[in-house]
Amino acid sequence: MRKSWWKLLSVVLLAYAVIGGFLLPVPKIPQLQETIRNLYYHVCMWFAMMILFTTSVVYSIKYLRTLNAEYDIRAKEFAAVGLVMGLLGYATGAIWAAYTWADPNNPAYASFGSIAREPKLIGAAMAILVYFAYFILRDSVTDMDKRARVSAVYNIFAYAMLFPSIWIVPRLLPSLHPGQEGNPALNFNDIDARMRMVFYPAVIGWTLLGVWIATLRIRLHILSEKKWSNA
Amino acid sequence: MRPKSVISLFRKDLLLEMRQQYALYGVMLYVLSTVFVLYLTMDQPVAETWNALFWVMQLFVCINAVAKSFLQESRGRMLYFYTIASPSEFVIAKVLYNLLLMAGMNGLTLLLFVAFMGNPTDSGWLFAGISFLGALGLSLIFTMLAAIASKAMQQASLMAILGFPVIMPQLLLLMRLSKLAFSETFTAGADVGIVWLLLALDASVLLLTLILFPFLWKD
Repeated sequence: MRKSWWKLLSVVLLAYAVIGGFLLPVPKIPQLQETIRNLYYHVCMWFAMMILFTTSVVYSIKYLRTLNAEYDIRAKEFAAVGLVMGLLGYATGAIWAAYTWADPNNPAYASFGSIAREPKLIGAAMAILVYFAYFILRDSVTDMDKRARVSAVYNIFAYAMLFPSIWIVPRLLPSLHPGQEGNPALNFNDIDARMRMVFYPAVIGWTLLGVWIATLRIRLHILSEKKWSNA
Repeated sequence: MRPKSVISLFRKDLLLEMRQQYALYGVMLYVLSTVFVLYLTMDQPVAETWNALFWVMQLFVCINAVAKSFLQESRGRMLYFYTIASPSEFVIAKVLYNLLLMAGMNGLTLLLFVAFMGNPTDSGWLFAGISFLGALGLSLIFTMLAAIASKAMQQASLMAILGFPVIMPQLLLLMRLSKLAFSETFTAGADVGIVWLLLALDASVLLLTLILFPFLWKD
């Protein structure tokens, strides 16, 4: 019980974020209307993704310092859950864009070409491609120690390259996406006080849920590893 | 780190290239035939297309040229280097060699592009300078990625997968910067800003390579 308080917290916060997210009042903005509630899901996914990827890199660094195989498993599973969060971020973003950005006179796929050029989408695409590549790299090395070492090196290298690009690219291209200069939703003036009441708990809730899933996967992975080494 | 052993490792790569010329000629032929295919598929592209084609071409040439720098080292030879040199010496020699190779290929690509596809730039020398800056960045990043990919199977295709998301911001910056050579006006100081940004990126790649390569090195 003492150890699982954060899991309960996650459930409570998410229940609040979902119920409050649908029922609490939001500011009425002409272009957005009620779609503004998607902020509670869409932006939270990206926050959770970045936090999980960062955790993954921290474990990769720890792995290279200690060469303890458990850290490698942790790095891998955090990256995997981060990737799922990223894909969900894309999905929620696509729904949102379909109602706000896409040209209603054309079929949705006809707008894809112009929407995909969004700098924020490019940044997100890079993050997701990097971690897809990370998993392909992992699968293409057969030796276990070598796999752990090589993938940890790539994880750190790619992550370090990713961050400058997330700052740089938005400043090079025009954008419709909110939060042109810097990180959307982190700025206090950006977001209405009523929405902050739901938004911050939602971020914490989704991140905790991601961590929870990752820890379950890590335990499963370690158990199956033990099973194979004993068999 | 001793500069002397960096130089002798660098000379070894150069000497090997001179002795087994097929690899070098292979990359040169790759450049030639790609430009020729482009030439056949379209005549005299407009400036924007020319620019985009040039940078995409650079990317693929770099992958092909740099990929072999670690592939040609057999396991036994790596073991030998391990006993006589430190990882940073080894990787710096590789970086220098790839820089030289990529600079040469860059010059060749530029020459062939102008010969076959015309010269839409307003200031050819400026474009050449920017392209050498690009060659520097590309060869630095792909040296590290080649080192990573050399530890895995299907190295050549893996390098492309690993590299594309990492190289994208650099490539965007370079394409943007090269518009200078097409007489596009920049807001005051923006062009110098991009150059500094590119150099800072290159420096950070070099630093990361020096920190991370030792972990790839020991097998």
